[in-house]
Amino acid sequence: MTLMERMTMTDQPLLRVEGLTKRYGQRIGCADVSFDLYPGEVLGIVGESGSGKSTLLSCLAGHQRPDLGRIAYDGRDVLAMSETERRRLSRTDWAYVHQNPRDGLRMGVSAGGNVGERLMAVGARHYGDIRGKAADWLGRVEIAADRIDDRPSAFSGGMQQRLQIARNLVTGPRLVFMDEPTGGLDVSVQARLLDLLRGLVRDLGLSVIIVTHDLAVVRLLAHRLMVMKSGRVVEQGLTDQVLDDPQHAYTQLLVSSVLQV
Amino acid sequence: MIRIENLSKSFTLHNQGGAVIPVMAGAALTVGPGECVGLTGQSGAGKSTLMRMVYGNYLAAGGRLMVGDLDVATAEPRQIIALRRQTLGYVSQFLRVVPRVPTLEVVAEPLLALGTPADQARERAASLLRRLNIPERLWSLSPTTFSGGEQQRVNIARGFAHAYPALLLDEPTASLDAANREVVLSLIEEAKARGAAILGIFHDEAARARVCDRLVDVTEFTPKAAA
Amino acid sequence: MTDQAYNFAYLDEQTKRMIRRAILKGIAVPGYQVPFASREMPMPYGWGTGGVQVTAACLVPEDRLKVIDQGADDTTNAVSIRRFFQRTAGVATTEATAEATVIQTRHRIPETPLKAGQILVYQVPIPEPLRFLEPRETETRKMHELEEYGLMHVKLYEDIARHGQIATSYAYPVKVEGRYVMDPSPIPKFDNPKLGNNPAIQLFGAGREQRIYALPPWSRVESLDFDDHPFEASKAAHDCDLCGAGHSYLDEVITDDAGGRMFVCSDTDFCAGRRAKGHRGRLSSEGVAPPPHPSPTRGEGGASLDAMVHVNDPLASSPPRGEGMGVGGADPEGTA
Repeated sequence: MTLMERMTMTDQPLLRVEGLTKRYGQRIGCADVSFDLYPGEVLGIVGESGSGKSTLLSCLAGHQRPDLGRIAYDGRDVLAMSETERRRLSRTDWAYVHQNPRDGLRMGVSAGGNVGERLMAVGARHYGDIRGKAADWLGRVEIAADRIDDRPSAFSGGMQQRLQIARNLVTGPRLVFMDEPTGGLDVSVQARLLDLLRGLVRDLGLSVIIVTHDLAVVRLLAHRLMVMKSGRVVEQGLTDQVLDDPQHAYTQLLVSSVLQV
Repeated sequence: MIRIENLSKSFTLHNQGGAVIPVMAGAALTVGPGECVGLTGQSGAGKSTLMRMVYGNYLAAGGRLMVGDLDVATAEPRQIIALRRQTLGYVSQFLRVVPRVPTLEVVAEPLLALGTPADQARERAASLLRRLNIPERLWSLSPTTFSGGEQQRVNIARGFAHAYPALLLDEPTASLDAANREVVLSLIEEAKARGAAILGIFHDEAARARVCDRLVDVTEFTPKAAA
Repeated sequence: MTDQAYNFAYLDEQTKRMIRRAILKGIAVPGYQVPFASREMPMPYGWGTGGVQVTAACLVPEDRLKVIDQGADDTTNAVSIRRFFQRTAGVATTEATAEATVIQTRHRIPETPLKAGQILVYQVPIPEPLRFLEPRETETRKMHELEEYGLMHVKLYEDIARHGQIATSYAYPVKVEGRYVMDPSPIPKFDNPKLGNNPAIQLFGAGREQRIYALPPWSRVESLDFDDHPFEASKAAHDCDLCGAGHSYLDEVITDDAGGRMFVCSDTDFCAGRRAKGHRGRLSSEGVAPPPHPSPTRGEGGASLDAMVHVNDPLASSPPRGEGMGVGGADPEGTA
C-alpha cells in the first residue's frame, strides 16, 4: 500500500488524544490537549520553553503518566495497558528520538549493536541476520558500512543523531516521537537530517510527533502544527496555514519573532 | 472543478490592538476542467490572497470554496493535505525546499509522495528539467544555490511533475526569458488539454491573452467598507 | 573443636533465619535475585562473604563440608573458609566431592557429578548479569520484571563483532526455567552445562551486593546464544598432564622462564582421584616431581590474585584476617 492510499483509505486515527492534562502540583504541565494523528501524518508541536510541549510529548510516549485524559493507540487504551504491554509497544511500534543522541544511544556499544538491540529485544537470535539489518540501516542513514563496529563516541554529532534514528526505526515502528531532533546540530548537518527524515517519513509511511521550537524545521517536516502556550494548545491546523495566516495572538507574535535570513 | 461562492477573508492583527482588516467579501468564481481563469486587479487587490485561500494556506472567514468535492473553507487539515497531494497543485513565486536536497529529487518529490516508483518519478522530473533548460550538471545540486530564474523553473517543473486536476499558478512566467516562457506556456496549454482546471495570476499580458479563457477582476471582491 | 565464643557457624540464629528465608524464596523463584541483609563477616568483601553466609545458614552439625577455590581444595581462600567453619561450627570437612554434603565454591563446579541431597554454594562477586550494560539498578530490576533481556544478546553480539566468536568465557549468562536471566558467577563456561538438570541444590550468595539466588534441583538452564553462533562449553585443547583426563577443565601452569608450561585439572580432588586409580598424564610418568598439585598461575577463567598465591608458603598466603583466622600451614586441628 502506498502512503497515499494509507492516508486516504484509513479513516481511523493511529493516535487519538483526548483532554490530556498533567499537573505538577499547582503548576500546569499541559492541559486539556486533544488531537488525532493519522497514519503517515507528521504533527509538529511548537512553543517556547516551558510551554508544555515536552511534558505533552513525555505523556504521549509513556514516560510520564497524565493526570487526566485518554490516549488511544490503534484503538487501544494506552493508559490502561500494563507496563509490560506499554514497554513492548515502545520497543516495537513506537520509537523515541531524543534531542541529545547520548540519551538515546548506548555509547559503549558498537553502532551495529546499537541498531541491533531493538531486534534482539523482540527476539531476533540470528547474528548474521541482525548484522545484515544493522548494516542496511546504517546505509539508509548514510553511515559508512565500515563504521559498523565503531562506537558512537567516535562519531560526530550529526552521525550520532542519524545512528539514533536508525536504532529507532529498525523494528519498523509506526509512530515516532521526536524531541528537538535537530537541536544542537550545525545548520548544514540539520539540513541533511531533515532531508533524511522527510524521506523516511515518506517511504515508510511513519506517523511522527515532533516537538521543536524551530519553525523552519516544522515548516519543512510537519504536515500539521500545534502551537502551545502555558500548557495549552492555542492554535492548530495545517502547518503552512498556521505559519502564514496565524489566528491567535501568541502565534502571530511567535511567527513575527523569527529572524529572517 | 473549482467553485468559489461568497468567500470572505479578514486579518485580525492581535499585536496591533486586535485590529480587524477585512480584505475580501463576496468572492465568487468557477473554473471548469480544461479551463484557465486569470485573476486581475491591482497589486494588493487580493489576487494572491485568493489563491492562497484556495490552496488552504489562508483560512477563509466565510463562504464556500469547493475544489472537486472538498470545501477547503471548512475541511480538516488532513483532507487538505490529501487534496494537495493528489488534486491541487500550486506553483508559487518562491521555492521553499529542504536545503541540500538535489534538484532532481525536489522535482520528483510530489510523485514520490504519491507512491510513484522512484525511477519513474526521476524520469519524469528529468524530462521536465530538460524541457525547462536546467543544465543536467545542476540536477544533483540543491536549487537553493540557483539564480532566481533557475529557481522559478525548478518550481514550475515541480508543480507540473504530477498531472494535478487543478492547478494554481502565481506568476509562472515572471523572470523568465523568451524561450523558457514559451516552454511554460506550452506546459500550461498541455495541462488544459488534458483537462486541468487552472487558476492563475499573469502580469504578462501576452501570456494571459494566450492561455486564459476568462478573466476575473478581484477588485470586485474588495469589501465595500475598505473601498 | 568448636570455638564456644561463637554461635554455631558464626552467625546468630536470627540472621541465619533471615538468610534461610531468602534462600527459600530464591529456590521458589529460580534465578531471581533475592535481596538479603548481608552481614559483616570476618573477611573482606571479595573473599566469599556471600557464600560464607549462605553456607552458615545451611550448615547443620551432621554436615560434611568441602570448600574449593578455582577447583582446588588447598588454595588460601578454600583453606581459610574451611577452617572458619571447622572452628565456628565444628563440622566435618572433606576434599572428596562425593562425600561432601555442602560444597562452597569459587569459580568452579566440581567435575564429579553432584548427587541429590548435596548443596553447592557459589561465591558471587556481581550477581547482576545486566550490570555492565545497564548501570541503573532500578532499570535492571525493571528489565528482569518485564523480561527485557535483549541487552544480554547485545553483549554477545558485541563479542562476535569484535572477536569473531562469543569471547565471553566465564560468568556466561544463562536463562533459568525460561524466565530469569542469571549470572552463574565467574565459573568457566565449560561448567555451564552442569548448571542445568543437576540433582543438587545450587545456591548463589553475593555478600557485598546483598543478593541470594538459587537453582533448585533439576532446573532447566540454557546458556544464551545465537542460532548461528551456538553456545560451546570450551576448554583448553589438552589433556591433564598429571592424570591424563581429556574432559576436565584445565588450568595452565607456567613451569619455568623458558616458556615451559603444563595443563592440569583445575579440580584437585578429581585429579587426585584419577591418579589414585592409576591414570597418568604426560608429565606425571616422567619422574618430574611436580608439586602435589600446582596452583594455577593463570586460570583460563580469569584467575584472581588470591588464587595465584602459593598455598605451601604460609607467609605469602596469609591475607589480612580478623578474628585470628590466619592459615597456619598444615592442618593440625583438621578433622577434629
